[in-house]
Amino acid sequence: MSLQLDTINLTLGDGDQQVVALDNVNLAVAPGELVAVLGPSGSGKSSLLAVAGLLLRPSTGRVSIDGTDVTDLGDRERAQRRADRIGFVFQAANLVPSLSVREQLLLIEHLRGGRPRLAEQRADRLLEAVGLTSRAGHRPGQLSGGERQRAGIARALMNEPGILLADEPTSALDRARGRAVVELLAQQAHEREVATLMVTHDTSMLDVADRVLEMRDGQLAPRAPVAA
Amino acid sequence: MFIALRDLRFARGRFALMGAVVALVALLMVLLTGLATGLADDNVSAIADLPATHLAFSAESGVKFNQSTVTADQWQALRSVPGVADAAPVGNSLFNGHVYADHAQADKARTEVLANGKATSADTAGAPAVDLALFGVEPGSFVAPVQTAGERLAAGSDGVVVSDDLARKKGVKVGDVLVLDRVGLELPVVGITRKANFGHVPVVFAPLQVWQKATFGSTRAVATFVAVRADDAFVPATADQAQRLTTVTRTAAFDGSPGYKEETGTLVMIEGFLYVIAGMLVAAFFTVWTIQRTAEIGLLKALGARTGYVVRDAIGQAAIVLVGATALGLGLGLGLGAAMPGNAPFALKPVPVLGAGALLVVMGLLGSAVSIRRIAKIDPLIALTGGNAGAR
Ligand SMILES: Nc1ncnc2c1ncn2[C@@H]1O[C@H](COP(=O)(O)OP(=O)(O)O)[C@@H](O)[C@H]1O
Ligand SMILES: [Mg+2]
Repeated sequence: MSLQLDTINLTLGDGDQQVVALDNVNLAVAPGELVAVLGPSGSGKSSLLAVAGLLLRPSTGRVSIDGTDVTDLGDRERAQRRADRIGFVFQAANLVPSLSVREQLLLIEHLRGGRPRLAEQRADRLLEAVGLTSRAGHRPGQLSGGERQRAGIARALMNEPGILLADEPTSALDRARGRAVVELLAQQAHEREVATLMVTHDTSMLDVADRVLEMRDGQLAPRAPVAA
Repeated sequence: MFIALRDLRFARGRFALMGAVVALVALLMVLLTGLATGLADDNVSAIADLPATHLAFSAESGVKFNQSTVTADQWQALRSVPGVADAAPVGNSLFNGHVYADHAQADKARTEVLANGKATSADTAGAPAVDLALFGVEPGSFVAPVQTAGERLAAGSDGVVVSDDLARKKGVKVGDVLVLDRVGLELPVVGITRKANFGHVPVVFAPLQVWQKATFGSTRAVATFVAVRADDAFVPATADQAQRLTTVTRTAAFDGSPGYKEETGTLVMIEGFLYVIAGMLVAAFFTVWTIQRTAEIGLLKALGARTGYVVRDAIGQAAIVLVGATALGLGLGLGLGAAMPGNAPFALKPVPVLGAGALLVVMGLLGSAVSIRRIAKIDPLIALTGGNAGAR
């Protein structure tokens, strides 16, 4: 398993404001598997990604990546794991405003202290895979929402991640473009053997996923069969 | 500095604005150091250029040019103090005078001054007036001026050697006669020496006895201070004890010139304020810039950038802007300084100018460093959850 969460509990806020964001969550995602997580707003979906992506430490429970327990790593090691093993696709693409599309990808290699030559080749291949070759020199401000999101996916794949975490990657897009983005994610997950966890609240995309889970009040369960 | 350089290009308008402010401060620094150096030159260049290591004043007066009197016993005794290569008396007083090209006219002026205290007839009173510092030195001693034109000082003569400044600004030339106001001494100009100033007026070098006559009305074996040429073996405190002197290094003696401390003090204070203001300006700029970049920094950290990486990037960016802007400002300042009118108290020397530039860059870097804590505190979680993650 590339990603494994064991009996995760996460309490956020303090004092009277405490919220149980994750309640006894268990989840395993295999390499090449695309798991979709559905759920209403505030149910804890982003919290799940934050814990899986080493941005938040769970209150209790264990997080494992590639079979290694990473729950208790310090901030520096977590940053290193994120740089090396994890790809993020954010809700609003979240690109660096001053960098061109190609530089967004090269940045990832730069953060890892890697070799620029190989990185340039990989970046060009990824941009081709997401159909952005002709946009490689453009800055985020010069791109459409769909193009930005595709750039975000290419960036997330740049470090050849074992895990890809996508938080509502289609929420800023119209249906057709949203679907294209999700299909791209699924294709890349399968081709590159990436364990992909995608949060969405758009039920029309679910057929693309290998497995669909549902989050309710911090509890994760297989999706209940839909009546009619 | 992968991002820093691209940010500089991307947000060039904003950086240009900050750079312009830093450049202007640098320019102001050049003008201020020029003024400080110029004023100091104007005030004490004659002392600064003395080929002496130490100056000895009387113990009673301390380091005060206008109050000290030293005796022949004292300067002769100093010559045999261990470590002292040579010691020579220097008399120093401020005078006013008039310059005459025509000797008959100078004689007439002298008679009038002796009778009435000033030149009274139309032709004598209209001669060019000069303020001057009369330096009395023993002809042939190591403090005697080196003439660039005319002849050197000679014992037993009233001939004087004047600062080049008098030649350039007042048209004084060898052969002219200087008549001192009030005392009515007639001093023929026999030579010109390089620019020497004291107390913001040009220096006229005279034989010590002439200075004594001008100052006391008679030749008494005294001077204002003793110029000492000594090596490391010289212990001023011991000589001071034995001879009732106050001996200081040549540069420390500058403070004894009237107004020197106050002038330099004021300028140093203005410069100090400017450095602090520059530091605070840069701090304010980078604080706002960091706040604007909060989301981007959160993203970088989420993507695996360590805080140290982001900080290095930010400080490197500040360094580029500061060095570039300071260099530009120094360049403009030097250009402007070169265009200064010649009679303004203004002089540019490489060390103070480069020192000011370096200090400005350091202050700017300190200013930019205030954003380090802010950068460190940004939580990568905001990349996922947006701005409200800061609530944690
Ligand atoms: N920093 C926080 N402090 C307190 N409560 C929080 C914080 N972040 C999120 N929450 C709460 O945790 C719950 C889960 O939030 P989230 O994971 O963002 O849900 P979703 O992504 O499904 O909308 C919500 O009730 C939310 O209000
Ligand atoms: Mg969410």
